[in-house]
Amino acid sequence: MKPSRLTLCGNWILERFPLTNLWNEHMAHYYAPKNFNFWYFFGSLALLVLVNQFLTGILLTMNYKPDAKLAFDSVEYIMRDVNWGWLVRYMHSTGASAFFIVVYLHMFRGLLYGSFKHPRELIWIFGMLLFVALMAEAFMGYLLPWGQMSYWGAQVIISLFSAIPVVGDELSLWVRGDYVVSDATLNRFFAFHVIAVPLVLVLLVFLHIVALHEVGSNNPDGLDLKKIKQTGRRKSDEEEEEKILRGNNPDLKIMDSIPFHPYYTVKDLVGVAVFLLFFATVIFFMPEMGGYFLEHANFIPADPMKTPEHIAPVWYFTPFYAILRAIPDKFAGVIGMGGAIVVLFLLPWLDRSKVRSIRYRGGIYKKALLLFVISFLALGYLGTQPATPTATTFARIFTVIYFGFFLLMPLYTRWEKSKPLPKHLTYQPSLEERLPALIDTFHEVTVLKQVQLQDGTVVNKRRPNARGILNVITRLAIKLKKSLD
Amino acid sequence: MKNFITLFLLLALSGGVQASQGVELQEADIDLTDNASLQRGAKHFVTYCLGCHSIKHIRYLRIAQDINVDQKKMLNDIAPEGASIYDQLHSAMNAHDAEKWFGTQPPDLSLIARSRGADWLYSYLKGFYTDKTRPYGVNNIVFEDVGMPNPLWQLQGQQKPTYKTVDGQKSIDKLVLEEHGTISEKEFDQVVNDLVNFLVYVGEPMQLERKSMGKYVIFFILMLLVLSYLLKKEYWKDVH
Amino acid sequence: MNTEGVDKSKRQFLTSALTVVGAVGTGYLAVPFLAQMQPSVKAMAAGAPVEVDISKMEAGQLIRVAWRGKPVWILNRTPEVLETLKTLGPQLRDPLSKESIQPAESANAERSIKPEIFVAVGLCTHLGCSPTFRPEVAPPDLGDNWKGGFFCPCHGSWFDLAGRVYSGVPAPTNLEIPPYRYVTDTQLIIGEDLQQEKGA
Repeated sequence: MKPSRLTLCGNWILERFPLTNLWNEHMAHYYAPKNFNFWYFFGSLALLVLVNQFLTGILLTMNYKPDAKLAFDSVEYIMRDVNWGWLVRYMHSTGASAFFIVVYLHMFRGLLYGSFKHPRELIWIFGMLLFVALMAEAFMGYLLPWGQMSYWGAQVIISLFSAIPVVGDELSLWVRGDYVVSDATLNRFFAFHVIAVPLVLVLLVFLHIVALHEVGSNNPDGLDLKKIKQTGRRKSDEEEEEKILRGNNPDLKIMDSIPFHPYYTVKDLVGVAVFLLFFATVIFFMPEMGGYFLEHANFIPADPMKTPEHIAPVWYFTPFYAILRAIPDKFAGVIGMGGAIVVLFLLPWLDRSKVRSIRYRGGIYKKALLLFVISFLALGYLGTQPATPTATTFARIFTVIYFGFFLLMPLYTRWEKSKPLPKHLTYQPSLEERLPALIDTFHEVTVLKQVQLQDGTVVNKRRPNARGILNVITRLAIKLKKSLD
Repeated sequence: MKNFITLFLLLALSGGVQASQGVELQEADIDLTDNASLQRGAKHFVTYCLGCHSIKHIRYLRIAQDINVDQKKMLNDIAPEGASIYDQLHSAMNAHDAEKWFGTQPPDLSLIARSRGADWLYSYLKGFYTDKTRPYGVNNIVFEDVGMPNPLWQLQGQQKPTYKTVDGQKSIDKLVLEEHGTISEKEFDQVVNDLVNFLVYVGEPMQLERKSMGKYVIFFILMLLVLSYLLKKEYWKDVH
Repeated sequence: MNTEGVDKSKRQFLTSALTVVGAVGTGYLAVPFLAQMQPSVKAMAAGAPVEVDISKMEAGQLIRVAWRGKPVWILNRTPEVLETLKTLGPQLRDPLSKESIQPAESANAERSIKPEIFVAVGLCTHLGCSPTFRPEVAPPDLGDNWKGGFFCPCHGSWFDLAGRVYSGVPAPTNLEIPPYRYVTDTQLIIGEDLQQEKGA
């Protein structure tokens, strides 16, 4: 049979470009542990959101005007006069929040299973740099709609630089390019937001993935997986050695692992569909998300003469903002806020535990992590609220816990006794296998009641069942307590 | 871990960020599918508000299309004389006069429903009461010392406050109608509600379209979910 | 991993089904993304019909108005010009305007509703430059064959005073005539037909 034109054309490219190698190296022969769970969806989802932000961002740039006099109106122009502009804009604004949700969960996965530990320190560092770049990207993007919240948020955050001794005032002046946030600031933030930071993000994503594929993925058990030679073709030892080092030999299998493609591509597709379900629900039914994704005060054009009564950054910055406010000294506050991020970089060296996964750590780390998550969420909530004295007291307590989790880590991870590691990856019930149990729980917490509608018809409706709820909560509490030991 | 997610969702959903002024707001009855109400609201807006406030982010054409009025009727019955169907709702008052008369420029109302909320607007428009100390002789219960006269006073009549004392603090209890306007209280509520309904529409003209489209999108994604789940299940039969 | 005894056809079917649904979804997503580059309502508002008062036009005078941002010419042709136009036929590429764009009521020898008032979009049909108005006969730079018309400086296309293109020049068709009508004898409205088609 003669090869078709398409095949010939394909061959022409393949002879000149290592497409097959790339595909094999990163997809078809990239072996990943077979017991990835729910937490392992968020890496690919972050990539999906990044693509969404790029596409919608490019389209928005076509109609947005980075000019203090025109910016606010141009956003409304996009929302109303541009064909489908509202959809593109909501996809971008919702995408920003979705990015942080996904990234926070992705990072939390790292904390759960010790993905930052040896030999994956560099992946964690690249990831943290990505997180910082993402925060810069989000912060500068938030100024662009030029609403009241955009303006005063930027004003407050840029003023943070002025807390730095000696050069602070000059520095914040240099960042703004004016004595207040102004047209000059808007214009440079636009430049950073649409080209400079995105380039950095792409580069870091590339490095993050290359570094990951060099050492291989971690797994929920935190085990080191050995490479097993498969029977078959013989190769010279030298060649074999080199392939082992590169870790992507098709003749070489990694214990308890499966090729990323097709197994994890099809699995991630399910994750993508579930994510899109949430994403579309927000875009089409609640684009403001109760004032968290699009803040109410941002529907008022920026007014340099009048600060809104209550200003708060967008929700994804609030934990750090709460730390800033909790510290009663301007410079120390800035240090505290910066330190909250810097300390994350140090994580691979703070953790002295011999095991990676939370499954085999002692009870102290579990309790510490639980406390940390509670304090992170609480700080996030407090950051959205006005700073009353009670709120500040709580914010201080949670700030101490936040830092305590990291700074005491070298001590408590060394003391605690870890559990013995299994030889092979363990099997845990997957989400879908837990579904029947979840449905049972739903039936337990609700009860069918007859309800009379206004027009007189009687229907059965589910109403909460107090007793069932109590039972479920007690059970959860017992389970939580057990799992913390 | 499930618990963390629930906790997170609870936190995220517990109350909006929107600050309340401490006055209990009255609930507006918003129904964007009620074209008759929107048409009345548009007419009221042009009559009572457009003198000072613009809605510069929407055009008569768009309103006509969305609330089901033909273009001729829009221009003859609703829009002010001389307006083109492509015009945005620009106020005739210029900035200089505005500064002179009110000390500040009356805000554009395109997004007022999104920044303040429908209930606030409804309560605000019903919340004017006689106060001789203020330049226009009126004050407002939800927006204290607002620099705006009551545009609807002829319709509503005049309200005066009754006071109550709680913990030694004198505050306004409620407003009572002192002098009747040209229409009844019930008719007036309808006028205000139509206006607010119109402003909610103007704040986000595509919201009905958005929601109806959303159903199809969700349905489509569910299809995608089912198919991808079946595919995943099929492939993962290999994995033991 | 064990790939024996796998139902290949089921896999193939599901993969195909998912590909099709995914492609349809991508297609639906592409529609808004591409459509958002179409002219917005603002551009359409700027393209609204234009009213022109021609009561003060002198014989031989050309005025320019902007419609959809394009120059539109209104030329008051003298009887001499109309006479000359009748003689030009053999030198033109499309003298009867069979291949050119104009509304039905202008598809005649003069290419206009009223013979003396000529209305045209002032953009060359070659690559969109705006030709210059050269009513004089046989000027030194254009030579003796020039009977008055529009000359495109970009690539040297010739049009007569009815916007008809000469043979042997780059422009393929006659100048475009926009939709227009007379509101009164001296009042023109340009671009209305199209607007009614698209708007409302």
